[in-house]
Amino acid sequence: MTTGSAPQTAAPPREQWTGQVGFILAAIGSAVGLGNIWRFPGVAYENGGGAFLIPYLVALITVGIPILFLDYAIGHRFRGSAPTAFRRLGGRISGRWLEGLGWFQVAVAFVIGLYYTVVIAWALSYFVFSFDLRWGDDPAAFLTGDYLQVSDPGFSFEFVPGVLIPLVIVWLVTIAVLAAGVAKGVQRANVIFLPLLVVAFAVLVVRALFLDGAAEGLNALFTPDWEALGDPNVWIAAYSQIFFSLSIAFGIMITYASYRKRKANLTAPGLVVAFANSSFEILAGIGVFATLGFFAFQQGIEVSELEGLTGVGLSFITFPAIVSQMPGGPIFGALFFGSLTMAGFTSLLSVLQVVSAAFQEKFGLTTRQAAIRVGGVSAILSVLIFSTTTGLLALDTADQWANNVGIVSSAVLTTILIVWVLRKGDELRFHLNSVSTFKVGKVWVFLVGILAPIVLAYMLISRIITLIVDGYADLPAWYLGIVGWGTIAFIIVAAVVFTMLRWKRDPNDFTAWPEYAPVTKETRS
Amino acid sequence: MTGIAIAFLLLALVLVWGGLIASILFLRARTELVTYPPGGEDDDHREDEAPAIRDT
Repeated sequence: MTTGSAPQTAAPPREQWTGQVGFILAAIGSAVGLGNIWRFPGVAYENGGGAFLIPYLVALITVGIPILFLDYAIGHRFRGSAPTAFRRLGGRISGRWLEGLGWFQVAVAFVIGLYYTVVIAWALSYFVFSFDLRWGDDPAAFLTGDYLQVSDPGFSFEFVPGVLIPLVIVWLVTIAVLAAGVAKGVQRANVIFLPLLVVAFAVLVVRALFLDGAAEGLNALFTPDWEALGDPNVWIAAYSQIFFSLSIAFGIMITYASYRKRKANLTAPGLVVAFANSSFEILAGIGVFATLGFFAFQQGIEVSELEGLTGVGLSFITFPAIVSQMPGGPIFGALFFGSLTMAGFTSLLSVLQVVSAAFQEKFGLTTRQAAIRVGGVSAILSVLIFSTTTGLLALDTADQWANNVGIVSSAVLTTILIVWVLRKGDELRFHLNSVSTFKVGKVWVFLVGILAPIVLAYMLISRIITLIVDGYADLPAWYLGIVGWGTIAFIIVAAVVFTMLRWKRDPNDFTAWPEYAPVTKETRS
Repeated sequence: MTGIAIAFLLLALVLVWGGLIASILFLRARTELVTYPPGGEDDDHREDEAPAIRDT
């Protein structure tokens, strides 16, 4: 890793955020995504309500923030996208195979980028539909019938123009932002959209609080069910929510941290990012459940009798139904779907920056070349797979596997390989403490090296067993084999192939700073 | 709303939003380290290309 005297004349200047605030906004924009709005409220409600706060905060402090710091340390010390950073971290020998972990993360991000854009395209469509309440009296039938035109599981090339057009728009805007670079593109987009998102969502929450039945909704969300705390599944749900919500362990925070200057505070801004993400989740919980309370009130039922409280069902079926019944519904709908679009878009940029940065570094591409090539290939695949009549099923299946198998295995591998196999825990802790104002103790190495892999490996293994034994969403086994497990196979093959390709420029022509004395003695050959 | 639900709503706000406020105050008080280890000269900057943002 430390090569000492090698000249760095060939090194292209690394792009940078314009400062701490730019980085923090971009990192919050990445962390605050669709999951904050459509996943957290329902998960909290179903796992103990107010009592869920305890496992949620425990998960945030014991695994969420520690892995966030791990990503920051890797990306910032080794100053590269995931493959570059892992290659350098592994040194001249281990780096050759450890680079594969970086490409595994890049491949996960690539797959997620393909369908994440599609959900943003739907949200954009529904933003427009809000103005004339186009979903009519039956939003469920409208979504799967009129809008997505869902057919049987399989592979169709029958395109749905209503999805295709917004999808192409989302891709064009995304490629343009990525091509403009980290500071002028990604950061600027976050500086605009993140404050706009917070304002739009805050207006929505305030409106929701004044709806009839809002108090009942909040009672449902916040009344604690203490028995839930004795259920291990509730704790796993808390760890999963924190883990998926923070954008950790698949290259995003490694990549974003690599664009900070060398003398940059890492952990203190990291705390701001982590708490800002959770703060938005609490806000979303209040907004969503106040609205659900109104919906239950309108129908004369209990909140507990409502269905469709998370995910696509909540956003594209339940919310449209509520908007239709609400005075001033179109404005409320526009705020909700506008928020969903903005939250998704800033997260999407971070997902694709992972892929773009990796290609820039390995193949010596410029920012613009990488954005156009990576974005172009992604856009074509995304349109071919997800804007057809079979798009919804493919999206749902690919998402299930990419997240629950892909990201979680990436996290388990990262923590085990770095802390146990390569024993870099102390060096990374040294790095965090050398540049940051919030110091991390030895307990950090324990949390990322022991607690995180145990919890995450349990989540991974139990999910794999469930997927093998029970399948998913009553879809045929052959379909899950191709789209679900096929996604994982693609990610592994991509990781192997891209690791084997030649670097345009030697990634080891690099000196980690500050020098970590014990490690440099051991690894210098 | 019931008393217990209000209590937990407030508890969530105090702990999570309070955590956010505390971490922002911590960062404002200790924005950067005063002294860094020697070396660590920065790579070329591109600040001139980017929108102006006041740092904390």
